[in-house]
Amino acid sequence: MAEPQALVEIRDLKRYFDVSPPPLERLLQRKPRAWVKALDGVSFTIRRGETFALVGESGCGKSTVARCLVGLYRPSAGKILFDGIDLAGLNRRKTAVPLRRRMQMIFQDPYASLNPRWRVRRIVAEPLVTHGLVGSRAERDARVAELLVQVRLSPEDGDKFPHEFSGGQRQRISIARALAARPEFLVCDEPTSALDVSVQAQILNLMKDLQSAFRLTCLFISHNLAVVYQVSDRVGVMYLGRLVEIAAAEQLFARPLHPYTRLLIDTIPRLDPVDGAAAEREPVAGEVPNPIDPPPGCAFHPRCPFADARCRAERPELIEADGALVACHAVAEGRLAPAALTTSSHPGATGRAGPSGKLAL
Amino acid sequence: MAELARAPIAAPRRLPRLRRFLDGDLLWSFRRSPVTVGAAVVAFVIIGSAIAAPWVAPHNPYDLASVNLMDATDPPVWLHGGSWAYVLGTDNQGRDVLSTIIYGTRLSLLVGVLAVVAALILGVALGLVAGWSGGIVETMIMRVADVQLSFPAILIALLIDGVARTMLPHNVQAEIAIYVLIVSVALSNWVHFARTVRGSTLVERNKEYIQAARVIGVRPWRIVTGHLLPNVLGPVLVIATINLATAILTEATLSFLGVGLPPTQPSLGTLIRVGNDYLMSGDWWIALFPGIWLALLILSVNLLGDWLRDALNPKLR
Ligand SMILES: Nc1ncnc2c1ncn2[C@@H]1O[C@H](COP(=O)(O)OP(=O)(O)O)[C@@H](O)[C@H]1O
Ligand code: SF4
Ligand SMILES: [Mg+2]
Repeated sequence: MAEPQALVEIRDLKRYFDVSPPPLERLLQRKPRAWVKALDGVSFTIRRGETFALVGESGCGKSTVARCLVGLYRPSAGKILFDGIDLAGLNRRKTAVPLRRRMQMIFQDPYASLNPRWRVRRIVAEPLVTHGLVGSRAERDARVAELLVQVRLSPEDGDKFPHEFSGGQRQRISIARALAARPEFLVCDEPTSALDVSVQAQILNLMKDLQSAFRLTCLFISHNLAVVYQVSDRVGVMYLGRLVEIAAAEQLFARPLHPYTRLLIDTIPRLDPVDGAAAEREPVAGEVPNPIDPPPGCAFHPRCPFADARCRAERPELIEADGALVACHAVAEGRLAPAALTTSSHPGATGRAGPSGKLAL
Repeated sequence: MAELARAPIAAPRRLPRLRRFLDGDLLWSFRRSPVTVGAAVVAFVIIGSAIAAPWVAPHNPYDLASVNLMDATDPPVWLHGGSWAYVLGTDNQGRDVLSTIIYGTRLSLLVGVLAVVAALILGVALGLVAGWSGGIVETMIMRVADVQLSFPAILIALLIDGVARTMLPHNVQAEIAIYVLIVSVALSNWVHFARTVRGSTLVERNKEYIQAARVIGVRPWRIVTGHLLPNVLGPVLVIATINLATAILTEATLSFLGVGLPPTQPSLGTLIRVGNDYLMSGDWWIALFPGIWLALLILSVNLLGDWLRDALNPKLR
């Protein structure tokens, strides 16, 4: 499991949220305690320099992974290793902060992620000041101006307030702030999904440029497979707090193994200029089950066309198959061979040219 | 990108603060409302004259040498027996009513402003702590606030005043009367600040800019003071202005009831109380003019508070 080039390693990460009714109500109405199992045993590694994407429907726990990574949530169980150091062991501020500086995050909502009362200069300078990365005020102003230019804003923009900018420009400011700390690892939680489709491409291109310029390692979270296809090297597919498949991006899009991955890829909105809203539509048919009371066995079985008795009783673990990691009994038993896909009716499986040619942004 | 990263970039000059203020929406919405401008003028005259009392007031009512008992209860200048020396007449001790009003406003404002500042600091701090830390701390602070709120402000002030009076020796009571007054008025007003600030804190602390600051590694204390505080202060300013009017009124009421400032150190409320005793004998000016002055002060401060609330709330524009 321990790869030498791994920058981030997550082992059996669990995060439960207590959503029990208040104690009095529990007592009077005999209601039980309740937990949302937002993450129920997630393991993966991110290699130095790569972009690892997490995909899955809304509510499957992607943001929770991101928040546990950057320290916004405390994991209920499991380990997070960053550059070989266990983050849970960093209880003292003095040791935690220098390590935390090396990982920064870009948030989903560009309208909420910037302090409305601060000028852009102060926002971008916050990591510089917090970590003492610049000396004089002049040096700070110069560094902020440099960062603003790097995200293709102008140095004069430092004088303005966030509300004077569009969503895309605000996301650039967010990126500048994240870069100010000179991080090695960037967590991007749906950085473009709040933006207009026309702006998304610009931001994605900017992020790709910056990533190669600064040799960043990225965790890129999205529910939009088309975007993931554009930016990622490897992809993890999440379903209801668990990873169901991890594979290289090319392989995942060409030969998806897990039935859920196949479903996701089948339903990628095609490039269709008339129907611009297609990118917004629900990617997969069927209800996402409630994470308070997940189905037994394989959580995907109520929606899976290949489900059998074993799937309803026994939870599949990630195992290696065809160069990828898949958690599916049918794949493990050979009931569902990857080769079968190329001849099936899955358009996502028609080879590399298929998705890349047809994907809408 | 690589050479871009290294290119030195000149930082732009900053805009002067005053220019930015004069361009602002606040001033524009002020000029557009004649009622607000009128209220500001009245408030300016009343507050300005109070601050500059030694230079503005025609007499010094505290200077016993200049007070002549022979001039007691002279009517205002436009009535028979009045004189230009005492434009609004004199009180029962021969002090110039206009001058006692100006000096009295000074004390009323002093008590009001200090009480509001104390209430603001206490309320904002407790509200921030409650909203930020949650749990048992929040519950305790807010329960105390609830209890406090279920008593009228006057009752609380009377209570504190009464306790202070029984616990402190007689000779210091007159000296410390003003502090007792400030503390009681402050304690009866902090809840408004605490509740509002806690509410805004609960909303703001879940926003992503707070989480961004945590990811950056900003200390919790600096997140609260640097990020949260400026974002919860908007409504606080409005509450402070409106509370100033309430505080002055509470002070006046307490002084009127005789538990506030003594007649040797009269605030507007004390003046009205003293004048009240002479209403029956026909010397109405002793009570009426401080009353009008107080009403004008309260009204103008309230109107300014209303304007501030509307001007700072973008949704009402
Ligand atoms: N603070 C929280 N309290 C309770 N439940 C939460 C909390 N945060 C997330 N959840 C729940 O955890 C699950 C995963 O949420 P999230 O990680 O935000 O999903 P995603 O980012 O994939 O849309 C959801 O069911 C959500 O309701
Ligand atoms: S384990 Fe069974 S139910 Fe789950 S995805 Fe595989 S075939 Fe479907
Ligand atoms: Mg999310």
